[in-house]
Amino acid sequence: MAYSEKVIEHYENPRNVGTLDNSDESVGTGLVGAPACGDVMRLQIKVNDAGVIEDAKFKTFGCGSAIASSSLATEWIKGKSVDEAAEIKNSQIAEELNLPPVKIHCSVLAEDAIKSAIEDYKKKRAARRALDGAAEPAKEAHG
Amino acid sequence: MSLKLPIYMDNHATTPLDPRVLEAMLPYFTERFGNAASRTHAFGWTAEAAVDAARDTLAQLIGADSGKEIAFTSGATESDNLAIKGVAEYYQSRGNHIVTTTIEHKAVLDSCKRLEKQGYQVSYVDVGKDGIVDPAAIEAAITDKTILVSVMLANNEVGTVQPIEQIGRITRSKGVLLHCDAVQGVGKVPFDVKKMNVDLASITAHKIYGPKGVGALYVRRSKPRVRLAAQMDGGGHERGNRSGTLNVPGIVGFAKAAEILIKEGKQENERLRALRDRLHQSIAARLDAVQLNGHPEQRLPGNLNISFAFVEGEGLMMAIKDVAVSSGSACTSASLEPSYVLRSMGLDEDLAHSSIRFGLGRFNTEAEVDYVADLVVDKVKRLRDMSPLYEMYQQGVDLKSIQWAAH
Repeated sequence: MAYSEKVIEHYENPRNVGTLDNSDESVGTGLVGAPACGDVMRLQIKVNDAGVIEDAKFKTFGCGSAIASSSLATEWIKGKSVDEAAEIKNSQIAEELNLPPVKIHCSVLAEDAIKSAIEDYKKKRAARRALDGAAEPAKEAHG
Repeated sequence: MSLKLPIYMDNHATTPLDPRVLEAMLPYFTERFGNAASRTHAFGWTAEAAVDAARDTLAQLIGADSGKEIAFTSGATESDNLAIKGVAEYYQSRGNHIVTTTIEHKAVLDSCKRLEKQGYQVSYVDVGKDGIVDPAAIEAAITDKTILVSVMLANNEVGTVQPIEQIGRITRSKGVLLHCDAVQGVGKVPFDVKKMNVDLASITAHKIYGPKGVGALYVRRSKPRVRLAAQMDGGGHERGNRSGTLNVPGIVGFAKAAEILIKEGKQENERLRALRDRLHQSIAARLDAVQLNGHPEQRLPGNLNISFAFVEGEGLMMAIKDVAVSSGSACTSASLEPSYVLRSMGLDEDLAHSSIRFGLGRFNTEAEVDYVADLVVDKVKRLRDMSPLYEMYQQGVDLKSIQWAAH
């Protein structure tokens, strides 16, 4: 069971390894998997006002296929809108990397990581809006 | 002297042939090709003589009384099957209970599982955190229905050496047969079937720089005389214990490998222990969060099994391509389950996923050990830079407190 060239390439030259500032409101953080399963992916997105992912970073605890899947995911979502990124399917990742059947779950986790980061970003935006909305009635009461 | 890549450090999986073994075997493929059971001509007599000499050498290796107690097989898996199923079938009127441990080789565990399906009872005794079974726990598991205890000499994953002599005293006093899978330990740690009261022992050639495809089962002939129900029927070879034409070249190679161990084993094991310790110290001195799996002293001289926290085993093996090792990670097993041996020792699953097994052997050098240590340290650091768990650990986050969203 040798690794595919593409998986090795992503390991040797990973794209976008790193950390974004989670306290930044335009950053969404997805953390999926579990150490007990041998697979943990953290994928972060920085979304601009137009709803486009302008930066993405990842860190992964996992095998070569898991590292490659999450690396590829960050590559693909950069420049896409949040809605477009949410449409990425694990099967596309698996096909691009030529993952064997026993490694398909790595691509599933990468898809989950993208969705988890988007969900976190959306939650933060909703919380921000709720905060902004709540501020106004208070102003009126005092005004 | 330049290093030759790839470097092989997986000697628990198999070993290369010692050139002297190959040389000893070759004539038995070409001029001395007779069937050892051909009693009517010189081709057969020559082969038979070689096999008989081999029996004596192997008996000497394990401290047996006589070469007559050696039954040749196709390997230790077959020897394990023969010992367990052969004893169970032959002695079924005496009892139907077997005692073994949770860290045995699959050949032992799966043979026991098959017997359970046929109505036998099996007790799987746990090991401690250090990977060693407590003789008292074995004793507690023995009942008046027990006909066999099976405990390995040394474990193939973590290298830990089991207290066979103490267990042998217990089984002898209770009149229960003791089988020992001695595959990894023979020639490397003390093993003597008479001193240790071992009644059956499985050994194989390809773990001691001999060829694959040949092994043996020691079957005691006196005090007590052990009987077996053969699992391979046919011409009645090996005193009726195992039919089938003998693999004469393989057997000759096996004996040569054993002879080398008898003569050179002591020095070799000292050299291996020093090399292994050098590898361990070189790595442990430069990395934090590194854990040795299994007892630090009671282990095979060439075995090093380490968990590198926050780094996954298969990822690390891919990173140290050009070095052949193996891992207790689920990713490397077909079933996606992490090593059952590490789990039996109570190792947390994430550390089982992070383990690497180094098996040093006769042909490994100091230069190779230094190269590998440097490579491992470099790659672990690189993978930790890519690991969200290591980042959290450095920030003081308690990873055990997190609610992981596993799928």
